[in-house]
Amino acid sequence: MISFFLRRLGVLIPTFLGITLLVFALIHMIPGDPVEAMSGERGMDSARHAQLMTEFGLNRPLPVQYVDYVFKAAKGDLGRSIVTQESVMREFLDRFPATFELSLCAITFALTIGIPAGIIAAFKRNSVVDYGVMGVSLAGYSMPIFWWALLLILFFSVQLGWTPVSGRIAVEYDPEVVTGLMLIDSLLSGEPGAFRSAASHLILPTIALGTIPLATLARMTRSAMLEVLGEDYVRAARARGLSPLRVLTRHALRNALIPVLTVIGLQVGTLLAGAILTETIFSWPGIGKWMVEAIHRRDYPVVQGGILLSATIVIAVNLIVDMLYGVVNPRIRHQR
Amino acid sequence: MLRRTALVTALALSLFATSAFAAKTLVFCSEGSPEGFNPMFFTTGTTQDASSAQIFNRLVEFEVGTTNIAPALASSWDISKDGLTYTFKLRHGVKFQSSDKYKPTRDFNADDVLFTWNRMADPNHPFAKNTPGTTYAYFEDMGMAKIVDKVEKIDDYTVVFKLKHPEAPFLADLAMDFISIQSAEYAEKMKAAGTPELIDREPIGTGPFRLVSYQKDAVVRYKAHDQYFEGRPKIDNLVFSITPDASVRLAKLKAGECQVMAYPKPADIAALKATPTVNLQSKEGLNISYLSFNVTKKPFDNKLVRQAINYAINKKALVDTVFLGAGQVAKNLIPPIMWAYDDKIKDYEYSPEKAKELLAKAGLKDGFEMELWYVPIQRAYSPDGKRMGEMVQADLAKVGIKVKLLTYEWGEYMKRAKQGEHLAGFFGWNGDNGDPDNFFGPLASCAAVKGGGNYSRWCNKDFEEAISKAAASNDRATRIKLYSKAQEIMREEAPMVFIAHSLRYEPTLKTVVGFKAAAVPPLHYFSKTDLSK
Repeated sequence: MISFFLRRLGVLIPTFLGITLLVFALIHMIPGDPVEAMSGERGMDSARHAQLMTEFGLNRPLPVQYVDYVFKAAKGDLGRSIVTQESVMREFLDRFPATFELSLCAITFALTIGIPAGIIAAFKRNSVVDYGVMGVSLAGYSMPIFWWALLLILFFSVQLGWTPVSGRIAVEYDPEVVTGLMLIDSLLSGEPGAFRSAASHLILPTIALGTIPLATLARMTRSAMLEVLGEDYVRAARARGLSPLRVLTRHALRNALIPVLTVIGLQVGTLLAGAILTETIFSWPGIGKWMVEAIHRRDYPVVQGGILLSATIVIAVNLIVDMLYGVVNPRIRHQR
Repeated sequence: MLRRTALVTALALSLFATSAFAAKTLVFCSEGSPEGFNPMFFTTGTTQDASSAQIFNRLVEFEVGTTNIAPALASSWDISKDGLTYTFKLRHGVKFQSSDKYKPTRDFNADDVLFTWNRMADPNHPFAKNTPGTTYAYFEDMGMAKIVDKVEKIDDYTVVFKLKHPEAPFLADLAMDFISIQSAEYAEKMKAAGTPELIDREPIGTGPFRLVSYQKDAVVRYKAHDQYFEGRPKIDNLVFSITPDASVRLAKLKAGECQVMAYPKPADIAALKATPTVNLQSKEGLNISYLSFNVTKKPFDNKLVRQAINYAINKKALVDTVFLGAGQVAKNLIPPIMWAYDDKIKDYEYSPEKAKELLAKAGLKDGFEMELWYVPIQRAYSPDGKRMGEMVQADLAKVGIKVKLLTYEWGEYMKRAKQGEHLAGFFGWNGDNGDPDNFFGPLASCAAVKGGGNYSRWCNKDFEEAISKAAASNDRATRIKLYSKAQEIMREEAPMVFIAHSLRYEPTLKTVVGFKAAAVPPLHYFSKTDLSK
């Protein structure tokens, strides 16, 4: 197990180098630079432009900048935002709780509906229920988040008035930031109604962000279940006269979960990508919105640092998922 | 004892709860996060709305809704005959805001004016480099150092600006956001406390609202400044709910989550007009959308060709389809809300026949091929750059000109155009201060050919003489005459096609009273706004 873990960690270094190189190359390939983005319509004379570029250290040769960046990043220094002069790490930490809260709700939403729906569809294969679940999940999977989110807002917030349109909490509440998670901070504030407001603000973004993972999980669970249900040991269990429920939970589900677990791990990437759109629409102050803004302003340190940190999260979660295989399936643990 | 404390707390809480309930809160759905709260550093309208318009005042200010200059922190002023000395009498009894870190011990006076000015003008000022990485971009862009020789304090309530040369737009310049007056005392106290950076992060001004808190990308909170010199604002709390997507802002307005929204999409205007709960004010924008010919390149070095294209473009159709009616056809560089606007100028009418005639006269009977650059992003003066390009392409095809459309990423577009790489392209301008010189100077003067802002690269001696004389004169009637002449020359020489001045819409809920759409940025003032029940 430990050597397995170490081997996985060893792969991380080239992965990180690859990510930083890719991001660095891409962001410098986009035309324009931060100084230009700052000056806007009125522009700036070239002497002043050059002077500012020097101040920001952006006129050095690109390879030099890259090596400098990697060395600093290795020491945990991701630099400062060109626009706000704030440390990138600090800005990230300020915003991450918002994204974390939303992603956690979205994945919970996806799991609690997606997995049972997939199981039921598999269990009632080729029935109306199966076709229904698969049809809806295909639609959910193909839905552009941007459009779906606006549709949700127009229907639930504007037409019916059931949910708030955007933001994390109604403006009359201003809970002190303790954990950064609005659900918890609003409870801690002790203000009546604050928690309710925070929770209601989470509903639509959760649905918008959770829909694609939900659809993916439902389809994945269904096919994994179908495969397992056809196995000999399931048939044997049935033959022994066990109740269908018991066969399902004790024999089939546990084995079907392994591929599903992989998919859950991969969904973290989907969530972070989806957060960019969801956060923009719902004015959610998380890392997605932060990075979009940074790209517009060519705030190189923020774009690089933000992507590096997001990648770290995706990699870490997938590493944990790999570890979990062992828990779910002892056979993997013992493999050399 | 314990019970008594509990009782008192409960009482206090309930009192607080009722007062919080009775407090009037106005929510403004703004379009983006401000870059900061010191208007000296930034040039965007978003930041000006959140900082200078709410927290600060200037010596003089634009009367909301017009381009007229009105007294503010200066109660009166006097300009010497030679136009070189501006003497300001300052208002007495103006209070600065206070915060938990700072309580002002004196009223606003001349020291604050000097502090504000010298911080930007003098690179050796102790606060010049107070916040690293910032620049006084607007101060530099407006060439303030080239205009002003020095600023002197005569007494606590008199300040004199000595100019290097006569500059009529100077008074309007002083009304601009970057010269928002800051507190010298606050700066000194924070420096003494070892936290000088706070003056830029936790601003203290004389304005109608004081900043309470700011959560980036989410919300900015303000409270009414009780001792505001023009009278306490009618609302108690002002909240900017930062909502970058225009459709979502609209949804929030309709759901009552905000009472005022910024920048509705042109496509939503018709629906907004039909919404019974919404009031829609419109305001002529202080802007121009135009097409520039690079007159240093063939065939646009020929006036006849430029005039021909002016006849060939159906501007009315452009305004109707691209601006969706939220604009008016332009015939001058400056918009009609400006006092120097010459309404007697006769616009080029839409006439492909005349265009063909002129082309034939120019020896281009069979037309020609040209590249045309279109604006790649959305702007008030360019709601849909590509569509605009395509419509002009179709218009010009009718007179035998084959247009190839082309664009670049916005920063690149500006950079290349400033170097004169284009043959012809679309451009636009948002005015800063309502003075005509703020359009003619940066867009059409000979100096702007060098700076790049004159995308037509057109330098006309007579025109130049008219606008520089106008900029040096403080007599309104003389200036109007000179600017009329400038507009006539532009009409005849046709270095550009003036396309449109866009209209700006300001939707508010019907419960909002006393909100007036401003003409000059910053656009959103709330000091006289109230909420009816």
